[in-house]
Amino acid sequence: MRVSVPDTSHHDEKGKGYPMKVELEADKCVASGQCVVAAMEVFDQDDDGIAILLTEEVGDDRLGDVEEAVAVCPAAAIRLVRP
Amino acid sequence: MRRIVVVGASAAGLATVETLRREGYDGTITLVGEETELPYDRPPLSKQLLAAEWEADRLALRTSADLAALDLDLRLGVAATGLEPGTRTVRLADGSEVPYDGMVVATGVRPRRLPGEGAHVLRTLGDALTLRERLSPGRRLVVVGAGFLGAEAAAVARRLGAEVTLLEPAAVPLAHAVGTAVGHLLARAHVDQGIDLRCGVTVTEVTEEGVRLAGGEVVEADEVLVAVGSLPNTEWLRGGGLALGDGVVCDEYCEAAPNVYAAGDVARWYNPLFGTSMRVEHRTNAAEQGMAAARNLLAAPAARRPFAPVPYFWSDQYDMKVQAYGFLRGHEEVAVVEGDLARRRFVVAYRRGDRVTGALAVGMPPRVLRRWRQAIATEADWRETVRTEARAVS
Ligand SMILES: Cc1cc2nc3c(=O)[nH]c(=O)nc-3n(C[C@H](O)[C@H](O)[C@H](O)COP(=O)(O)OP(=O)(O)OC[C@H]3O[C@@H](n4cnc5c(N)ncnc54)[C@H](O)[C@@H]3O)c2cc1C
Ligand code: SF4
Repeated sequence: MRVSVPDTSHHDEKGKGYPMKVELEADKCVASGQCVVAAMEVFDQDDDGIAILLTEEVGDDRLGDVEEAVAVCPAAAIRLVRP
Repeated sequence: MRRIVVVGASAAGLATVETLRREGYDGTITLVGEETELPYDRPPLSKQLLAAEWEADRLALRTSADLAALDLDLRLGVAATGLEPGTRTVRLADGSEVPYDGMVVATGVRPRRLPGEGAHVLRTLGDALTLRERLSPGRRLVVVGAGFLGAEAAAVARRLGAEVTLLEPAAVPLAHAVGTAVGHLLARAHVDQGIDLRCGVTVTEVTEEGVRLAGGEVVEADEVLVAVGSLPNTEWLRGGGLALGDGVVCDEYCEAAPNVYAAGDVARWYNPLFGTSMRVEHRTNAAEQGMAAARNLLAAPAARRPFAPVPYFWSDQYDMKVQAYGFLRGHEEVAVVEGDLARRRFVVAYRRGDRVTGALAVGMPPRVLRRWRQAIATEADWRETVRTEARAVS
């Protein structure tokens, strides 16, 4: 089977100039702490290790760190969306 | 570099292709995966999915819109069957050939099996759904192998009301990895929950009645789950010019041959932080190594970075979340460094040579874990770090 998925968005324009929204699905979180290592100013953990958002919007300066957090999160619990 | 092929469309393969795009690579990416599903997450298979708390849609690693944005040549439901280093092409099971300038192997592992028919294994979504259908109150389940996977499945099955027998060849489950004291603690949790845990028994085959032990005795069961470890999926690479040992053998950059990298459960690479080659079947490593492989594949030779992570894994056992950092196997000493084993809130540290090489925690807050992760990452000296009053355990 060959599945071709059309390019419906433009990843190269993501975030340029306007803030992106961070979404966290806390019930998926497995408390790994990877997001805190990647983006300390955006994520923290409660005493049980479950991630919490310190801010819901990120501008260009922190976008790279949050993208890193999305990529390393072992539970696919973090998403970056255009507001 | 204009054509990159990534083989294996799960955690490591996905992290690879996402990182290639994030790093600005705009050439062709062919992502080949044997499974028909879009990339999904495996850890919940033995946890929320088996327990029927989640349905399959919660396992998707990315939405189809996120995948679409990566602009992939996505080939799902087709296995790669060969690598032709001379012409730099990957052969696929549907007869097609895909040329590459760069390649990443992310084909993971598959369960080891036992002789005999009819046993379950637990690796894919299909495996988990099949097993889940067969678990109900009063059903007799035999789980062969009390490693983390077998233990998690046994715990869930017990919670669903099944009669569970857990068979383990070692005297203490997981002792080789986590030490005897922690192994005992995890074993006790099973017994407390009414699981019939039998250690020091070897299963020779699966039979129609259940499983046969080395002495000839048959343990009867309605369902059998075999969880006795895994084998790296490297057969398709035979004759492809790569070094295949226990996994695809790579250097510290995760490179197996010029412009050919490996990542995730299938990769055996040299981790300079521990001065040893390792292959780890951990979810976070799959993502981190996929990212590292992608970056090194795109980088100029002098700009490549060694992949030197502190391995991390977690496992949910009943109400205990086990979290471990570092490289625990082959440790020479274990000590309780925080909390109390009996209260199931503790950190134990592992020593190899003069260094703190690992830490395992249950029920401790994140700031404590971070401190121990840091100790491992900075190659902290054992005697300076582990307080003298810490209690040695085996
Ligand atoms: C039930 C279960 C529970 C787990 N729980 C935990 C946990 O609690 N904590 C933790 O840290 N880790 C856990 N893990 C381990 C974690 O899921 C793995 O480390 C991770 O999935 C590895 O990702 P990967 O992409 O390297 O390999 P895989 O996920 O194995 O993916 C490899 C992919 O390649 C495909 N493939 C294989 N051969 C070919 C071929 N020739 N051509 C094309 N495609 C091919 C396979 O079909 C598969 O889709 C668990 C694993 C399982 C199975
Ligand atoms: S990286 Fe993901 S799983 Fe880990 S703490 Fe953050 S949100 Fe939770």
